[in-house]
Amino acid sequence: MKFRAKIVDGACLNHFTRVSNMIAKLAKTCTLRISPDKLNFILSDKLANGGVSMWCELEQENFFSEFQMEGVSRENNEIYLELTSENLARALKTAQNARALKIKLTNKHFPCLTVSVDLLSVSSSSRIVTHDIPIKVIPRKLWKDLQEPVVPHPDVSIYLPVLKIMKSVVEKMKNISSHLVIEANLNGELNLKIETELVCVTTHFKDLGNPPSASEDASQDRNPEQMAEVHLEIRKLLQFLVGQQVNPTKALCNIVSNKMVHFDLLHEDVSLQYFIPALS
Amino acid sequence: MPLLTWHIQDENDQYSSVGSLDNVRNVSTIFKSIHFRDHATYFATKNGIKVTVENAINAFLQALIFQEFKVQEDMTSSIAVGTLNALRMCHQGYGCPCILFLEEERAVTVCKINTQEPEETLDYDFCSTNVTNKIILQSEGLHEAFSELDVMSEVLQIALSPDKLSVFGNAGSSHLDYLKDSGLVEAFHCNQTQINRYRISLLKPSTKALVPSCKVSIQTDNRGFLSLQYMIRKEDEQICFVEYYCCPDEEVPEFES
Repeated sequence: MKFRAKIVDGACLNHFTRVSNMIAKLAKTCTLRISPDKLNFILSDKLANGGVSMWCELEQENFFSEFQMEGVSRENNEIYLELTSENLARALKTAQNARALKIKLTNKHFPCLTVSVDLLSVSSSSRIVTHDIPIKVIPRKLWKDLQEPVVPHPDVSIYLPVLKIMKSVVEKMKNISSHLVIEANLNGELNLKIETELVCVTTHFKDLGNPPSASEDASQDRNPEQMAEVHLEIRKLLQFLVGQQVNPTKALCNIVSNKMVHFDLLHEDVSLQYFIPALS
Repeated sequence: MPLLTWHIQDENDQYSSVGSLDNVRNVSTIFKSIHFRDHATYFATKNGIKVTVENAINAFLQALIFQEFKVQEDMTSSIAVGTLNALRMCHQGYGCPCILFLEEERAVTVCKINTQEPEETLDYDFCSTNVTNKIILQSEGLHEAFSELDVMSEVLQIALSPDKLSVFGNAGSSHLDYLKDSGLVEAFHCNQTQINRYRISLLKPSTKALVPSCKVSIQTDNRGFLSLQYMIRKEDEQICFVEYYCCPDEEVPEFES
């Protein structure tokens, strides 16, 4: 098993750093999947995560000037590693004005992802900072649980409002209730609702727009005013929103009534899918 | 600026009280200053809205500060103050749920608040004819009094005399004087010397109103009851008041100076 890659472009480095920061906010521990064309950050929907799952994908050639990998075997040319997301984010923090960044799989006493940052110091001499991030190699028999989630056909698909506004609304709702209802219709309307004994609060977002639907028949049958709703734990929704420091290039929300919400975002060329299950 | 409008419906679905407010932030400051109990009682009259917490703290919002204000009948009701700050401002109506609309950029929030039977309010019976002493101070003067003295004290002794206001803490071991002719004092009317003690735990909540206020009026009546009235000036120069009443502690003996 081998992996080594290098980033030399400043913009690519900053983008990669932003991605790792986002992952660190979304998942404490995650799986890094390395394949010839892509890198994926994966969180599978285990009970420990409260059923939340995440699939983040980036094309390696958009970031790395050099990229070599050799998977577990020729038929299974992939590597799955488990790591603590914060460790990667912290290592990349030192790479802010770096000349180059190298990542490789090593085995120093224990398996590591070694991140070397080539810094240009004041005196124009080069300094290299090395981080050894402990990782766990995930055996092939567990790979089946870490595949790209199949997105069930949604009842409603809608573009999200500005995430910062959504986050501030949800943060305030957290003070009143531990769960909320997210609902949307094919008329570009999305509502966030909480209800307690004393008070009901609903925030309405309008004119959001719905993407053209994949299946014509389904959307023609559905009354555009009709809301599809899911009951969610506020904490899980807030964790997702807090992870989005920058407003994405594209943000879509797919609702499967009473089952789950699927957030489909694009941060420039990095795609993020985040699934939150309905409250049981 | 976030825009707030509210409608209170009665059984016939008629709006019995309607108001709207352009700048919610100022009013939310006032509500934050009285937010230390879960419930408040609300009185709506033609002159404005009075919100009372724990029978001793009142916030009065004059009708003038609202862009639109209409009350058909005086109403009393009680709401959960806990929701006030989370939602930036809440109002309430009698019997039926009160509905509030808060408009911000691209999002409209609607709150339906259920009301409850108001508790009987205690009337402190503090009326202006019985006021013996009255002082108006600039608020910055009081900051010190409240922050320094309350650290170790359980009781604050307030002594009003014809030439000064003295505040004692720590059983008399620390004290602050406000002289009649000091720059901080705007008005000083003291007919008789009065010395009273008040429990810090009862006065402490009033410090929340001190921060946003510009002036404080301190009055005592012939029973030694204390009234603190904080004047809060909004951005557009309009004024709101928060009042606190406190009864004197008869059990604690006078501090030795």
